[in-house]
Amino acid sequence: MAGVTGSAKPTDDPRPLFGAYGIVKRFGTFTANDHIDLEIRAGEIHALLGENGAGKSTLMKILYGLLEPTEGVVTHRGAVVRLRSPEAARRLGIGMVFQHFSLCENLTVAENIALVMERSLRRGVLAERIAALGETYGLKLEPDRPVWSLSAGERQRIEIVRCLLQNPQLVILDEPTSVLTPGEAELLFTVLERLRGEGRALLYISHRLDEVRRLCVRATILRGGRVVGACDPRSETAASLAALMVGAQVRAVAARPAAPRGDERLGQERLRLDRLSLPAPGLHATALSDVTLGIRGGEILGIAGIAGNGQAELFAALSGEISAPEAGAVRIDGTAVGHLGINARRRLGAAFVPEERNGHAAAPGLSLSENVVLTRRATAPLARFGLVRRAAARALATRIVDAFDVRGAGPDPAAGTLSGGNLQKFVVGREIQAEPGILVVDQPTWGVDAAAAARIRQALIDLAARGSAVLVISQDLDELFEIAGSIAVLHAGHLSAAMPRAETTREAVGLLMGGSSGPSIGRDMSVGPSAPAEIAHAP
Amino acid sequence: MIQMVLVTVLTAATPLIIAALGELVTERAGVLNLGVEGMMVCGAALGFAVAVETGSTLLGALAGAGAGLGLAAVFGLLTVGLAANQVASGLALTILGLGLSGLVGAGYVGQKREPAPHLHVPGLSEIPGVGRLLFGQDAFVYAGLGLAVGVSWFLWRTRAGLILRAVGDDHVATHALGLPVRGVRFLAVLFGGACAGLAGSYLSLAYTPFWAPAMTAGRGWIALALVVFASWRPGRVVAGAALFGGATVLQLHAQAASIGLPGQLLSALPYVATILALVLLSLGRRQGGSSAPAALGRDFTPHR
Repeated sequence: MAGVTGSAKPTDDPRPLFGAYGIVKRFGTFTANDHIDLEIRAGEIHALLGENGAGKSTLMKILYGLLEPTEGVVTHRGAVVRLRSPEAARRLGIGMVFQHFSLCENLTVAENIALVMERSLRRGVLAERIAALGETYGLKLEPDRPVWSLSAGERQRIEIVRCLLQNPQLVILDEPTSVLTPGEAELLFTVLERLRGEGRALLYISHRLDEVRRLCVRATILRGGRVVGACDPRSETAASLAALMVGAQVRAVAARPAAPRGDERLGQERLRLDRLSLPAPGLHATALSDVTLGIRGGEILGIAGIAGNGQAELFAALSGEISAPEAGAVRIDGTAVGHLGINARRRLGAAFVPEERNGHAAAPGLSLSENVVLTRRATAPLARFGLVRRAAARALATRIVDAFDVRGAGPDPAAGTLSGGNLQKFVVGREIQAEPGILVVDQPTWGVDAAAAARIRQALIDLAARGSAVLVISQDLDELFEIAGSIAVLHAGHLSAAMPRAETTREAVGLLMGGSSGPSIGRDMSVGPSAPAEIAHAP
Repeated sequence: MIQMVLVTVLTAATPLIIAALGELVTERAGVLNLGVEGMMVCGAALGFAVAVETGSTLLGALAGAGAGLGLAAVFGLLTVGLAANQVASGLALTILGLGLSGLVGAGYVGQKREPAPHLHVPGLSEIPGVGRLLFGQDAFVYAGLGLAVGVSWFLWRTRAGLILRAVGDDHVATHALGLPVRGVRFLAVLFGGACAGLAGSYLSLAYTPFWAPAMTAGRGWIALALVVFASWRPGRVVAGAALFGGATVLQLHAQAASIGLPGQLLSALPYVATILALVLLSLGRRQGGSSAPAALGRDFTPHR
């Protein structure tokens, strides 16, 4: 393993390890990168900041040889290099840890790693090297496990090990903590610090500003494909960094977060789950056991948890895509709806925004107005005698587009042509526009830029303020602490007690997300704020 | 008697083995080529024509493989190069192949030639019970079995085979790693075509040594079904082909012995087996992972 730790020592070379100068990348008429300059030095963690669509991914793909720049050059220790392919980039010592892992699910860990090795290695040799590297950096892997059976954290470990086996001088990390628990993220930071200490350069792409301020000494900020600033993140605040990214002060969410449970200003209980248990619908799915919760009018309950801990199943049980074993396990305004379908639940005033925008919340090939028609089928039909009332549907779609500042091409674009943030604003807006008494949202701002996210969160708070019960399932703790009155944690299909936001901490929630503390399983949650508080402080 | 039956089973299975192994490699790379029947029948026609003109079975077999390869190249350009719909292109390829083969073979209908020579090892081929089965076949039979071993070795023991499986599993991920997704797929399509053509030439050069229009009689479709039946594993292709070949032979014998079941019902047996296999496979898929290449039939257009 000497090869891995040996050759990336810091040098006194004043030239940057890698430089990108005047990078322009055009896709048709769209300019994704507009004369970007970036210098990365050995032994530094360099942050690349920007909103969605700022051009981070394009620049990263150019550095990894996946895209060729329209103009501009990349240099390595001062010499111009041409990165025709990822293989060429790897040979120069550039490695990449992908956000949406570039792993083949049906291949084993070792096979996935062997894919990028220059020569074939005998299985035993490769397994040995994987084990040795795992030992050095604390990245344990089982070489013969198929990838589909592994968690997100384990998958990221494969990506990192695969990258390190190439002994890279520069490691590009794209949103590396987006799928990790706080504990897993800590382990990652330790590995990153260690790599930096070995004299490697790291390009760290994230929009989690706290992480950037903690890890990075230099940051380059992109907006609209251009470099709009460079700074030392340690001397900035999260707010000032965010302002640089979006070009204006991010509108802070105006109203105070919704009141916690037990607050006398809250209305009647509107949504209740009573010891809901569901067998896992598939081997990769999670069984729900004894999930109990109640949400009152005016309340926002946040459900934290790492993806794959039962969020999808919980959402399906709430929306009626999976029916509950007992009718009384799900109640909407007191009515037992466990056996009712989606339309019946919508008629009772519930609305649902699933996680997946394209294909679940909206049909990508249909226009926005047609997408409105589809979800209003049960409640306020935009069709008469089987014929669609196009004008009414268009008018409604336009109202939603205006109210939520949805930007797309043309007056009534196909849903799939909208950017993620705009489509998400539309989907959330479409449900909120119907003034539902109960709104269930799964990952409301996943992959959405800061401005759009702020707008969506504000709309959720306003909806609750008008007396609706809102359930937000999210992996983003910052989001939950910003808008939810109470927070419960879903882990391995068990839901913890709801903790009033003011009485808990990120650390406590993080621990529950990792499953390291679980005294609350199955406990009834309507006991008021005092009881859950002790859970929040439990180790 | 048993040896005779086994010999007929093996000869009936050989074209299925060769064609199905080719399609297996194509599908493992993520491309569904439904044109096997068309490539096979062209291989049969051109193989026979070339063999008659040159008098060489070897040249005939090569020409047959070449015919399949040529058609596959067209299919590859359309589906891999231009991301055309694979199902539609494959069906078109079958129709095109049936038409072309009639054209090529028009002058050869009714002609006969000696079947491909069988191996004869003095002593070994005369061993009672197994001699003819093991040491008395023609070169195609041995080639088919050798191909099964070769494909298996290639897919699971070589780096190129690993890349091929990875491309078939997730082309976005493999592209992101810088592996040549479209190049791999094109080569896999070509290999599948050559195998289908070779399997076709076996029919007209060895199995029934003459040319008749549409003589493949649906064997290309059986080969396609076999790949699914075998859950994309070469060893199971051989076993499945033997089963299909056995069912064919059994059906012939049963009809000869007039056991009272209609022949059509017996001929349907292999297809019933395929449907059953599909059902069992989709049940098995719930156990996690997928036996089918995950990217099968999905087209891929990289940004550059």
